[in-house]
Amino acid sequence: MKALKPGLTRAVLGAAIGAGVGVGSLALASTAGLLIEDGQILGLGYLLALIGFLFGLGAFRFWLTWAAGREINVAEEHAAHGTSGDWRRYIRFTTDHKVIGVQYLVSAFLLFLTAGTFAMLMRVELAQPGLLLGKEAYNQIMSTHGAMMITVALISIIGGLGNFLVPIMIGARDMAFPKTNALSYWLLPLPILLVAVNPLLGGFDSGWTAYPPLSQQANLGQQAYLMAFVTVGISSILSAINFLVTVFRMRAPGMSLMRMPIFVWALTVTATLMLVATSVVAGAFTMLLFDRVLGTSFFRASRGGDVILFQHLFWFYSHPAVYIMGLPGLGAILEVVPVFARKPLFAYPLAVLSFITIGVLSFMVWAHHMFVSGMAEFFHIPIMLTTELISVPTGIVFLAALGTIWMGKLHFKTPMLWVFGFIWAFLIGGITGVYLADVPTDIALSDTYFVVAHFHYTIVGGTIFGLFAGTYYWFPKITGRMYNERLGQLHFWWFTLAFNATFLPMFWLGIEDMRRRVADYPAALGGVNLFVSIAAFNIFLSVAVFVFNMVWSWRRGPKAAANPWRAHTLEWQVASPPPIQNFDEIPTVSAGPYEYGGPVGAPAEGRATP
Amino acid sequence: MTAHAGRADRHEHLDHMGFGEQDPHEARSNMLLGVRLGILSEVMLFGALFAAYFVIRSESGGWPPEGHERPELLLPGLNTLLLLSSSVTMQWAVRAIGRGEVAAMRRALRVTLLLGSIFIVVQGYEFATNGFGLDAGVFGSTFYTLTGFHGAHVLAGLGFMAIVATRARRGLISAEHHTAVEAASYYWHFVDAVWVVLFSTLYVL
Repeated sequence: MKALKPGLTRAVLGAAIGAGVGVGSLALASTAGLLIEDGQILGLGYLLALIGFLFGLGAFRFWLTWAAGREINVAEEHAAHGTSGDWRRYIRFTTDHKVIGVQYLVSAFLLFLTAGTFAMLMRVELAQPGLLLGKEAYNQIMSTHGAMMITVALISIIGGLGNFLVPIMIGARDMAFPKTNALSYWLLPLPILLVAVNPLLGGFDSGWTAYPPLSQQANLGQQAYLMAFVTVGISSILSAINFLVTVFRMRAPGMSLMRMPIFVWALTVTATLMLVATSVVAGAFTMLLFDRVLGTSFFRASRGGDVILFQHLFWFYSHPAVYIMGLPGLGAILEVVPVFARKPLFAYPLAVLSFITIGVLSFMVWAHHMFVSGMAEFFHIPIMLTTELISVPTGIVFLAALGTIWMGKLHFKTPMLWVFGFIWAFLIGGITGVYLADVPTDIALSDTYFVVAHFHYTIVGGTIFGLFAGTYYWFPKITGRMYNERLGQLHFWWFTLAFNATFLPMFWLGIEDMRRRVADYPAALGGVNLFVSIAAFNIFLSVAVFVFNMVWSWRRGPKAAANPWRAHTLEWQVASPPPIQNFDEIPTVSAGPYEYGGPVGAPAEGRATP
Repeated sequence: MTAHAGRADRHEHLDHMGFGEQDPHEARSNMLLGVRLGILSEVMLFGALFAAYFVIRSESGGWPPEGHERPELLLPGLNTLLLLSSSVTMQWAVRAIGRGEVAAMRRALRVTLLLGSIFIVVQGYEFATNGFGLDAGVFGSTFYTLTGFHGAHVLAGLGFMAIVATRARRGLISAEHHTAVEAASYYWHFVDAVWVVLFSTLYVL
């Protein structure tokens, strides 16, 4: 009977039943003579499996109790929150934001490793000219790598670090809607699994952008990706609502908007972008799915549809999505800098304003991904100008980091090293972006490795460097133990050198016209590609150091004090790891988050009193 | 100063309730803000669908495309009136519960449910008798996807209202505790507004 209690076992059972009912009923209808396509069977099977999974997990039980007008069982609600020290809460529908944060973070790193393995396979294929794994396999590996890494960049910082830290940083006991928060997380395992196993369904080779007509014709693996993407989108929208309500309604007394840590500000803008943009791409992907499954013709040029329309709708989300990935990283970087420079954050109000400006401008630049698509000519110049304009607020965020470092009392601990790595990588990403914003150079460089190098310098440089900085910085808070500093520094140097050795040559390869998303290339480029592949394997090895450090330190690391970095933000004023209710008593905030430079040692007198 | 004290009070109250629970006032304003934000994201969803519709329509060189006829206006016109009046009855329900008149609220809610259900039935009849399907080129695609998405939202709204009605019957809704009624009304007015745009673009203009 134990299997029938809400939990992972019952969830798997529910998913199996859902899939069985969905596939079975349509298969039966098919034998009865109805015309049923494979795509429809997959669609219904997946939908019911997802619902069955969540039911089995117990995700809906509280809402169902409410809907039926029955008494809500308070003991059961507390049980869903979990008790500290019980590891099983990490594999349950637990409503504690700290548990959900760890769930997101661990899942994101597992996905990061999986997607990284796919990248290694790509570099195996590309190490030498000619074909090794084959074109089909390469396209599928490339698409899966992209789709997974995009998910990592979207969820790791805001879902992982954000969930864990935002309520504590603003002095709240939890997120505004803890059950919705848990639902956001548990919506993810099934679609991610679906993307991981899509080779069994024939794989997909359209890349994460899924442009029609290819994506309309390709096999079931393609459809699996589209459905997974929409599901992740729904999860994003739910968590965006949750973050915004939490930040705007649940701040502790005295925590005015301009006293919020910059990380919280970055996530607030991120959540706004997620809320407004995600449903557009969900709509576009739904139309594409309808084209495949229900016989509509939105993007079928042969029947009056418009393929470029898809690209517009896709990038209307996916360019803001670049900032959904990037802003949390920038926020984490700016959060780390003042602590290790022992100085107030330089130009805090301007940095906040820049985040907001980036958010607004990010909706006006999407078509710079489409200069070679054949879209309306008159659109080129305005989009080029807005794209170049967005480098102004981004530059100000940069200046906030540099101005804080300037004349600071620097401590070169691992998190701070990642800040310097970020400054270098993101600078290169930003400067090379100018060539892709300018129409003439972009037309020449489109679809070459120059683009690949550019977006890896921005997304890895912005998001992943920010993620590593934040993970090392908050590791003692999250786990209650210290990571190993030497291994951390080894990871940083190895990763950063290997990263630059991998992607700097790609700019040159792009200018030499090596095409992206193609398994083969001119033989003359073989030497550089071999070098790039060896460097890429080094990235993977350096991440192994990180994984070892995290796992080992979590189990065996020395116990961490409440505030090992002598930081001033609220999360460091509670124990490590934070108690289950976060605060014994809700604090009253009386000063800003970065008032360093007072008496040496403890936080300034009279500020956050937990 | 008083505002500050008020806020602190609320938090103290929260402390007594322990974790995982919220002060009712706070829960209420959180919920209503959450619903508003959710509606904003829905607006963008319909925005994407409408954008697709207008782009495809502007490229088709004549709308409806050759060989297609728009549905008759009479039935959907009456249906529009039904849905518009259901917004009025929904607002009656909100005002009634604000004054604490539970019975009047339940009556207004039942009328709203009835109007909304008739709307859906009529639309289903229209779909069945239109003479063209989802696969009828871009015209059928846009027509059924837009009205279908809207119809799904009407159904969700009706489901939500049915839940609110059940809770009201069990005496769980009062002048002090009626967040769900207000949340349902926000959502219902939104669904209504979308229909007005849909009706004027898909059927009339």
